Amino acid sequence: MEKIILKDIPDLDKISVYESNGGYAAWKKVLSQMKPEEVIEEVKKSGLRGRGGACFPTGLKWSFMPKGNEKPKYLCCNGDESEPGSFKDREIFEKNPHQFIEGALIAAYSMGIKAVYVYIRGEYWKWINIMEECVSDAYKNGYIGKNILGSGYSVEMYVHKGAGAYICGEESSLMNSLEGKRGYPRVKPPFPAAVGVWGNPTTINNIETLANVPEIINKGAEWFSKIGEPKHPGTLLFGVSGHVNKPGVYELPTGIPLMTLINDYCGGVKNGKDFKMIIPGGSSMPPLTKEESLTMKMDAESLKAVGSAIGTAGVMVMNEDTDIVHVLQRITKFYYHESCGQCTPCREGCGWMLKVLNRIMDGTGRHSDLDLLISVAENIEGNTICALGDAAAWPVKWTIRKFRKEFEAKIKEDKTGLPAVNKVHGLRKSEEYMTISDHTEQVKVEKLMGKVQELTQNEDVKRFSS
Amino acid sequence: MENKNYTPVFDDNEMKTVEYHKSKYPAQMAAVMPLLWMIQEKYGWISTDAMKYVGDLLKLPHDHVLGVATFYSMYFKKPVGKYHLQICTNVSCMLCGGYDIFNHISRKLGIKNKEITPDGIFSIEEVECLGSCATAPMLQINNKEFHEKLTTEEADKLLENLRNSN
Repeated sequence: MEKIILKDIPDLDKISVYESNGGYAAWKKVLSQMKPEEVIEEVKKSGLRGRGGACFPTGLKWSFMPKGNEKPKYLCCNGDESEPGSFKDREIFEKNPHQFIEGALIAAYSMGIKAVYVYIRGEYWKWINIMEECVSDAYKNGYIGKNILGSGYSVEMYVHKGAGAYICGEESSLMNSLEGKRGYPRVKPPFPAAVGVWGNPTTINNIETLANVPEIINKGAEWFSKIGEPKHPGTLLFGVSGHVNKPGVYELPTGIPLMTLINDYCGGVKNGKDFKMIIPGGSSMPPLTKEESLTMKMDAESLKAVGSAIGTAGVMVMNEDTDIVHVLQRITKFYYHESCGQCTPCREGCGWMLKVLNRIMDGTGRHSDLDLLISVAENIEGNTICALGDAAAWPVKWTIRKFRKEFEAKIKEDKTGLPAVNKVHGLRKSEEYMTISDHTEQVKVEKLMGKVQELTQNEDVKRFSS
Repeated sequence: MENKNYTPVFDDNEMKTVEYHKSKYPAQMAAVMPLLWMIQEKYGWISTDAMKYVGDLLKLPHDHVLGVATFYSMYFKKPVGKYHLQICTNVSCMLCGGYDIFNHISRKLGIKNKEITPDGIFSIEEVECLGSCATAPMLQINNKEFHEKLTTEEADKLLENLRNSN
């Protein structure tokens, strides 16, 4: 299988090696032979869809940008990559950074953009350094700057370093962060193509999306659209982690069976064990059960059909011994930590879900907790400015629905003796309405009362008190 | 730590870098993140005075800089150890023993999450996914080098090396 991005060429991160392997040919072709509209048309025809998780058609996104030059326009390249389980952009920065730069330049040209910002998460210290070097090499060789290759087109490119906030991978939050503000997501509409960074038209694309563009220009839209699934063509960088023998990033055509990926490429599950759960696209995506995984094809449409999503194609594999409740607790802890705090449902809801999951893990959970968790999750979902709320709600909702028995096994005895039905909204005066801290307090008090009772039964104490 | 609140100053060379960062963006405010990074690189953490200093350099209200500095988890608002060990315990690392590494280092150094050893050499922090899932478990030192595919023995060796290089 031919690879589009992670080609097996050593030292491809050096500009000379990249050039001698046909690098920047697409950029030259675009500048000398193609009009901006033709580039957009070609990308539209290729069927390329965004690789950041939402799978939005890239050419269509570019066509939303206003024509004309009344206002400066910007391109932001999203290399924030903070989704747990995804580590593909890092591979591009390391193995083929110039192809991404070339793609970003072509995108900028097609939309008449004058400045490109590459936003990379602050933790990627090594890869930020690589990118800064690559951008400066591209400047030196005349691919970026003023009047590029005599075409009359000018564009600047800057690397911007994040500082550790998952939310900044959300496009409007990324724009606020780039402007030097807190990374709070913005209400849409207006969409970035109308009012983006510094109030000007902006397009935000994922690193992997842009890295696909040069080959589409070189080999044509038709070639690209024939790779993988027709509705979601091209290759994906699958980042496989967890309990597999050979974790890593694998570039494979879309629509590849999940089992082929895990057994043939990743060497199967570690220690010859069976697997129990697979998260197909980063921690936000609803998990797959073993039965679903066996026949699952890895592309946007197939996963959508079972209520999950391809996300960032970060596949996390969990073996039969994995404590699913612990996994969900850890995922929820992540969203609680990363919620920016703007919307109440997400800020408070994530905390509630974490507290309830904590008590299930502690062994003080109640039977009604599972429905309570789903109820909280459903009240977060769709009620927040950005998708972080949904990202926090989906794993909770779907993991409980699909692995309910695992949770019930943890709730061995219900300390409150309430029926296993969610009566949160009905039981006005019951302890169901107690806050979580009230509950732990009550357990403490009950224990104390038990001690007191024991003592009062004691003959010595009786004698003493009388 | 000895320097509880320092007063930062950039020298001429650093001021050139400040000007470069300002020139990258159409609005000055955008340079606040790069400048905070510069402060942290130089002094190890960001004091309140440093936030005010950055605010003055960019003609921004001090509370705006405070807001930015406190929003992002990689800016240290308190002194950290000379080697700040950031250990990932998110799902992929957890599945491969991230908590074992964290607890091992924590026990070995005798400090809990976000604490500093009395000699000021080490501090530890439990962090979220650092994009090193295929090479889990891992830790990062001072927001920089990744140490991947760790075992408790390798963690011991790493601590030893860091202590000796001090």
